[in-house]
Amino acid sequence: MPPEPTTTAPSSYDQWRAAYGLNAERDVEFTTLGGIPIEPLYTEKDRPTGTAEGAGGEIDPSIGVPGQYPFTRGVYPSMYRGRLWTMRQFAGFGTAEETNERFRYLLDHGQTGLSTAFDMPSLMGHDSDSALSLGEVGREGVAIDTVDDMQTLFQGIDLGKVSVSMTINAPAAVMLAFFAVAAERQGGGDQDNPGVPLDRLNGTIQADILKEYIAQKEWCFPVDPAMRVLGDMIEWSTRNMPRWNSVSISGYHIREAGATAVQELAFTLKDGLTYVEQAIERGLDVDDFAPRLSFFFNSQIDFFEEIAKYRAARRIWARELKETFGAKNPKSWLMRTHTQTAGVSLTAQQPLNNVARTAIEALAGVLGGTQSLHTNSYDEALALPSEEAVRIALRTQQIIAHETGVTNTIDPLGGSWFVEALTDEMERQAYEYFRKIDELGGMVEAVKLSYPQREIAEAAFELQTAIEDERRIVVGVNRYTEGDDGEHPLLKVDPALERKQVDRLQGVRAARDGAAVEATLVALKEQAEKPDANLMDPLMDCARAHVTEGEIIHALQDVFGSYTETPVF
Amino acid sequence: MSAATQTKIRVVVAKPGLDGHDRGAKIIARALRDAGMEVIYTGLHQTPEQIVETVIQEDADAVGLSILSGAHLTLVPRIVELLREQGVDDVLVTAGGTIPAEDVPVLKEAGVAEVFGPGTPTQAIIDFITEGVRTLD
Repeated sequence: MPPEPTTTAPSSYDQWRAAYGLNAERDVEFTTLGGIPIEPLYTEKDRPTGTAEGAGGEIDPSIGVPGQYPFTRGVYPSMYRGRLWTMRQFAGFGTAEETNERFRYLLDHGQTGLSTAFDMPSLMGHDSDSALSLGEVGREGVAIDTVDDMQTLFQGIDLGKVSVSMTINAPAAVMLAFFAVAAERQGGGDQDNPGVPLDRLNGTIQADILKEYIAQKEWCFPVDPAMRVLGDMIEWSTRNMPRWNSVSISGYHIREAGATAVQELAFTLKDGLTYVEQAIERGLDVDDFAPRLSFFFNSQIDFFEEIAKYRAARRIWARELKETFGAKNPKSWLMRTHTQTAGVSLTAQQPLNNVARTAIEALAGVLGGTQSLHTNSYDEALALPSEEAVRIALRTQQIIAHETGVTNTIDPLGGSWFVEALTDEMERQAYEYFRKIDELGGMVEAVKLSYPQREIAEAAFELQTAIEDERRIVVGVNRYTEGDDGEHPLLKVDPALERKQVDRLQGVRAARDGAAVEATLVALKEQAEKPDANLMDPLMDCARAHVTEGEIIHALQDVFGSYTETPVF
Repeated sequence: MSAATQTKIRVVVAKPGLDGHDRGAKIIARALRDAGMEVIYTGLHQTPEQIVETVIQEDADAVGLSILSGAHLTLVPRIVELLREQGVDDVLVTAGGTIPAEDVPVLKEAGVAEVFGPGTPTQAIIDFITEGVRTLD
C-alpha cells in the first residue's frame, strides 16, 4: 500500500520543495562552468553512496579523515594547521641573469619555493640561435641553452635548500641533466667542493609528456620514444634523487586549452595512471616511485566545482594506486598537488578585476587542499606580469593564509552535502572517461587518435558560444563593459636580450672542448638506439661537456624522429 | 580574387611562432567554418615562410594569425613582408592573441588590417573578414 499523502504530514523537505516552487527562478542556467546541473538545495538525500553519519557514528569511509585513505579531506593529518602551502610563483624571462634577479626578488618577498618558466625555444628543444627561435628568445620564460645558463639561473641560491620546480616537458630529461650538473658545480665542482649531490636536490620537473600532445603542444619526438625518455627519467631519479618529484602530472594546460573541470580531472589522472603502468612494466616497484609523483591542477572561477575536483582527484588516485596497482605504502596513495589559478579566466578588459578572480580561484585551491600555489597576476591577459602585479598576486596568497582564517580548520567544506555530492558526481564522470579511453586502447592510443584533443576543442567551443550567447556572463567582457581602468604599466622584455642570449650561447660554443661535445653526442645516440638503455647518464655527460639543448635534441631526433600533429577543431 | 561573391571565402588560420596556445585559433577556425567560409588551419609552430606558402597554395582571401608567444612584433611584420615579396597584395591579414594595445598601431603600420584581442566575439571577426574580403575584391 502506498502511504496516504493526506494522513502523513509533509516532510520539511517537501514543504521546502513546495515553497521553492512558488518562486520564479532567475533566467540563468544553474550549471557549473563545466556544465554539471546544480540543484537548488542539497541535503543528506544527495549522498546515496555514503551515509551522513554512518552506522554507529562511524565516519563515512568514502570521505574519511585527513591524512588517511582515501584522502578526500586532504593528504596530511594536520594540513595548514601544521604547515601552510608553499607559495610558489612561476617566473622566468630574458636570460638566466634577469630571471635569477626575479628569483631573488621573490625569495626576498617571502616566497618559499622557486618555479621556472622556460621560453618557447627551450620548451621545444631549439637553441637560441636557431632560425626557429627568432623573436621568441626570453619572451615567455627564461632562455636556457646550456648547463652554463642553468648555473647562472641559480647563482647565489642554495639548491640544497630551496625547492625548485621546472616547467618543461619534451626536453625535460635534458634540463634535469643541466640542473643536476649545475648543482654539482655549486660547490665549485672540484673534489674538495663536491657541490650539491643528487640526493639533496628537492623539487619537481614537470615532464608530463602526454599532456603536451593533448594540450600544451610543445613536443620534440613522436609519442612512443617520448614515453621511453620519460620512463628513463623516472627510473633514474627514483634511484638517484629520493627527494625529487619525477613527474608533475598536469591538468593545468589541459584546462587552459578549454577542457571542463571533469575533463581536466579525467585526462590528468588517466595520464598519471598510464605513467604508473609504464614504470611497473619497466620493472620498478610501484612503492619505489609512486610517492614521488606529484600533480598540478588549474583552479578556475567556479568555486565549488574546483573544490570538488581536488577532493575527487585525491580519492580516485588513492583508490587506483591501492586497488589497481597494489601499492602498499600509504605515501604511494596520496596525491600531492600544486595549483595555479586560471590564466584563461583573466580578461584583457578592466584588468584590475582579475585581482578578484584570482583571489577566489586561489581560495578554491586552498579549500581544495593544495600543497603549493601560484596566483596569476592581473595583467597577464595583456603581457608577461609586471613586478607590481606579481607582488599583488603573492600578497593575495598571504592574505588568504594569514587574514581570512580559512587555515584554522582542515577541509572546512567536508561534509557539506553539496560539496560531497558534487565530488561524487565528478568522480563518476571521470570514470566514464576512463572507460571510453580504455575502449580506445588506453591513453597513449587515445592521444594518437586525438580523442582528448577533440573533446577539449568541443568544450572550448561550447564555452565560447555560451559567452557569446550571454548564457555565461564574464564581467567586463559581455556585461558591465563600461569604464575601463585605463593604462597599466606592462612588462617589456627588451628585444636586445635575444641578442645577449645568442652571444652567451656562442661564447659557450667557442670556449668548450669540441672533441668532448662530439664524443658525448655519439655516445648518447648509441644509447638511444638501444631501447633498453637509460639515457640519463649519457645526458649528464653531454651537460658536463657543455653540449647545447638543441644539439642534444637534434641528435635524439636523428634516432627517434620528430612529431607533426593532425589538428582537430 | 574574382567572382568572390558566389564562392566561399577562403581563409587560412595560422599559428606563427613556437607557442602551443591553440584554443583561440581553433575556436576561430570553427566559427569561420560554421559561418560558411573555407578554413585551412595550418597547425602549430609555423614559420613565416611556411605560412606564406600555405596562403599562396590555398589561394586564400584572408589569413588570420594567432600568436600568444610575445613574438608578434618580429613574426607578423615578417609574414606581411614575405607576402609582398611574393606579389600577394589581395589577401586580408588579421592578427589575434596577447598583443598589448601599444603594439597594435605598429602591426597596422606594417600592413595588418585588424588586431583582435582577447574577448573579441567571433561574430566581430566573421563580419570583419567578410567585409574586408569584399572590399579587397
